[in-house]
Order: sequence, then C-alpha cells, then structure tokens
Amino acid sequence: MKILVVDDSSTMRRIIKNTLVRIGYDDIVEAEHGVDALSKLDGVGMVLTDWNMPVMDGLTLVNSIRSNDQYKTVPIIMVTTEAAKEEIVVAIKAGVNDYIIKPFNQNTLQEKISKILGG
Amino acid sequence: MKAEYINPFIESTINALKTMAMVSPKREKLQVKKDGESAMYDISGIIGLAGGVVGSVVLSFPKETAMKIVASFIGEDVPDVNKDVLDAIGELTNIVAGSAKKIFYEQGHHFKISLPNVVYGKDHKINRARDVPCISVTFSSDAGPFAIEVSLKEVQ
Repeated sequence: MKILVVDDSSTMRRIIKNTLVRIGYDDIVEAEHGVDALSKLDGVGMVLTDWNMPVMDGLTLVNSIRSNDQYKTVPIIMVTTEAAKEEIVVAIKAGVNDYIIKPFNQNTLQEKISKILGG
Repeated sequence: MKAEYINPFIESTINALKTMAMVSPKREKLQVKKDGESAMYDISGIIGLAGGVVGSVVLSFPKETAMKIVASFIGEDVPDVNKDVLDAIGELTNIVAGSAKKIFYEQGHHFKISLPNVVYGKDHKINRARDVPCISVTFSSDAGPFAIEVSLKEVQ
C-alpha cells in the first residue's frame, strides 16, 4: 500500500517514514504541503498530514480530499501540535480518521497506523 | 511579563525532549535578558506568538548539543550541522511552542504560533519588540547545555 506523508518539516517526514518502514510499509510518498500532496494522491491508500504548513495547510488538504469522490474514503491521520479540544473537533468534523498530538511517542504513532490499516 | 508565563514553556521543553529525543533536561538559571543581547548559543529556533498574547519563543543550542539532540530525535547519526539539523531544531521549537499554546489555552489565553525560523551562527542577534520583556532559562542535559528565551506580553 502506498502511504502519503505530508509535513513541511523533513525531520518529521523522516521520523514518520522510519516508523512506517519498521512496521512493514515501505511504499511511501512525501509532500511538503497541501498543494504538493494533492498532486501526489494517485494510488495512495492512506494519508498522514501535519496541520500548520505553508502554501496549503492540513485542514484545507483534508477538506479537499474529502470533497473529491475519488479519494474521499482514504484514511487520514492528522499529526500536529494543535492540541486544544476545539481544534481536534474541527479536524474530526473535517473527516480525519485519527489524530496524533506532537510530541508523540513512536509507539503511539505505530499503534494508530496499525489500528487503521490492520482493522 | 508575569513569571508564571515562563512555566508552560519550561514544562513543554522538558516534555518534548524527553518524548521525542530521549533527552532529560534539568532547569538551571532563570534571568531577564537585556535589549540587544546575543542569543545564548550557536543555533536558534524561533517562533512568533500572536493573539491574546504577543511575543516569541526561542530554543537556542550550542552546535554540539544540537547535533546530539537531533541524532536522537531522528534516530540517525548526524555528521555536522546540515539542513537536517536546522530543520529538526525548527520542528522541536514548533513542538515546544505548540505544547505551551495548549497549556495557555486551558488557562484562557488564546494565541496562534508562526511557522518556525532557524538561525545558525556565532553571536547571532534576535531582534525582539522593545516593549516586550524577555526571560531566558538555561538547561543542562545529557546532550549538553541549551536555553529557551521567552518574550511575551498580554494584549489588552
């Protein structure tokens, strides 16, 4: 399965990528922001995205994916520093399947990914 | 600037480094910074705060500390200060500011944080608004010393 990792930080993309490889997913595409991500959705089975990014933020990206018939059911996990309850509610309403708050333990990331992909 | 405003940043710094880089920082000295003073160390991650409070938070590291922390953060050897190190320091600053923002939010102070900028160079200066006081806190850790600098004031 192809997984799209969207974050303006190359460090965060690398940490997420290393975790994905460790749990057996090595077909990974990277994007630096929402616009970049929208051009790389073809064949993607899951999206992990940051919220605060330049050009197009993660929430706008989620809304775009959910309003596109071809990709609206693709699982999305938001990985972000936005940790207030109200913000989590906004993201869930926009259609994210799960939410990970930075700083996170890599086991948490692994569990949430496995829960969605394994279930 | 109220002294209690520094605590969410101290707490968030310790938590972020423990959780993501397996580094355990210990708080050392707290002091008020004078206008025009240089950053404490070689590499500084900077994030602006705007909304119910305005100001900035800076995480400043000596080169050696930054390289050790980033190596642990990304789980790979870091041969020198390259763009990966600068990006990682920016991301760490982002995580600290984001965590502190949540604590402030729960106390009724709402603000937004900017995307991070990173400055690298000996004795670099960070230009802050003159009427916003700045407090610096130094830390020791198994990766070496570092500091945070918080400049913040409430908007009436």
